Amino acid sequence: MLRDITLGQYYPADSVIHKLDPRVKLFGTMLYIISLFCFRGIVALLAATVFLFAVIRLSKVPFRFMVKGLRTIMILMLITAVFNLFLTPGEELVSFWKLKITAEGLKNAIVMAVRLTYLILGTSVMTLTTTPNQLTDGLEKALAPLSKIGVPVHAIAMMMSIALRFIPILIEETDKIMKAQMARGADFETGNLIAKVKNMIPLLVPLFVSAFRRADDLAMAMEARCYHGGSGRTKMKPLRYQKRDGLAYLTVTAYLGVVLVCRWFLPWPM
Amino acid sequence: MSIILDKVNYIYSPDTAYQIQALRDINLEIKDGQFIGIIGHTGSGKSTLIQHLNGLMRATSGAIYFHGLDIYDEDFELRELRNRVGLVFQYPEHQLFETTIFDDVCFGPQNQGLTKEEAGLRAFEALRSVGLPEELYYQSPFDLSGGQKRRVAIAGVLAMKPEVLILDEPTAGLDPAGRDEILDLIARMHRERGMTVILVSHSMEDVAKYVDRIVVMNQGQVLYDGVPREVFRHYRELEKIGLAAPQVTYLMHELAAAGLKVDAEATTVEEARACLMEALTGVSSARRDIHRE
Repeated sequence: MLRDITLGQYYPADSVIHKLDPRVKLFGTMLYIISLFCFRGIVALLAATVFLFAVIRLSKVPFRFMVKGLRTIMILMLITAVFNLFLTPGEELVSFWKLKITAEGLKNAIVMAVRLTYLILGTSVMTLTTTPNQLTDGLEKALAPLSKIGVPVHAIAMMMSIALRFIPILIEETDKIMKAQMARGADFETGNLIAKVKNMIPLLVPLFVSAFRRADDLAMAMEARCYHGGSGRTKMKPLRYQKRDGLAYLTVTAYLGVVLVCRWFLPWPM
Repeated sequence: MSIILDKVNYIYSPDTAYQIQALRDINLEIKDGQFIGIIGHTGSGKSTLIQHLNGLMRATSGAIYFHGLDIYDEDFELRELRNRVGLVFQYPEHQLFETTIFDDVCFGPQNQGLTKEEAGLRAFEALRSVGLPEELYYQSPFDLSGGQKRRVAIAGVLAMKPEVLILDEPTAGLDPAGRDEILDLIARMHRERGMTVILVSHSMEDVAKYVDRIVVMNQGQVLYDGVPREVFRHYRELEKIGLAAPQVTYLMHELAAAGLKVDAEATTVEEARACLMEALTGVSSARRDIHRE
């Protein structure tokens, strides 16, 4: 039932992209997003396409997993495209009733659709090839300088990884309690809104009780193993840049360079 | 009148990287009034199997018939099935939610459409049969001890008066006294009300002592299905899949191997004692005969 919901949709595979340092993937994705929002012209679009599909190919994740993420933003994309199409002033192409499609509108609609699609595909590559724990690790290391100005980076990262770790547990727990109450004749589907909310009580009370119990147990277990925050703490798998990480940085920077060159020096529509 | 499973398969998360086949072509017939033990290692598919019996999980393929009716039929009322097949989950005390024990036990009967009075009567009856002291009835279920909470949770299902009672590891995490109490309660329900009982467990001792049929699950398949002595005859194979026969079976097998004329297939301590006494007095009477000569 609820088991099929996955957050942090990691797809295990043995690929170069999987092995990259999570920091590379974080910064790389950031640069890639920047590139999407400043590209102009067909050459840049080509560069983005080649770059994106090369990375997808390298990641060894089946393409249908990438496309899954697109489904959720389909409506957003349609609305954006329609607004751009009809509401951009400019040279008129077709018109009927009070609506008119302009050349600029058409161009904007296509560019926005491409941008959003590429954005989702690109970030999917990151979430599909990096476990949530690697991501928080990467984030902690990348944000470490902020701890000098008093930002509790370690605590935030620890909270994030605990929260991530607990999501599947709580989903499973919800599923179990739901089934246990359904076995006692509870009904979570029918009825109006008020009835539905009322019917959630047999689910929510045990869920909260168990969440608090688990939190207590975890805190106790951590203290029993002498956990006392981040200062002086070492890691079992410390993040270290490898040769391939440097290469990846170079590739992404080069790609961003190409896009910027296209933006500044090539005339539209090139 | 029975529950019949016909080639039931279940696959978790199909078409993803995490696909697991939990049940493979399960064929079973559960007759009315039987006391069945389902045993198997963690992940063998026991819990998945029992959730199919009251329609909480839907088989990926295969059919299940309850009293001759296909439960996946469009007209079949799954709620009605859940009224008649009671399921007590593992650690059932985690499902308690009401402000008083009494109200919590009333939850099931009220969902069956009974009036407040009828539901209350059922709750009293159920709480009494699980042996909870009456002064606790109107207290919060969260203040009880672990064993008491579990009895309240079981009462919550008993109050629905199911024809079939399924319990998933009802003794997990209880001390020996609590374990015996729960198992005796279940055996009494079976005896007095003629309920069909399905007990999921990995404790061979529990199962051997109470049930009259054992179904052994391994990797989503039914490995053995029969009366306890028949199943425990395969104790060496059971060991290979991480299970074991009751300790007394080992003892009897070793005694038999050492030359004592005992029934090696005794599965409970009582049985073993009876046949040991017989064997020992038999031996001593034989000795007497030798001395006389």
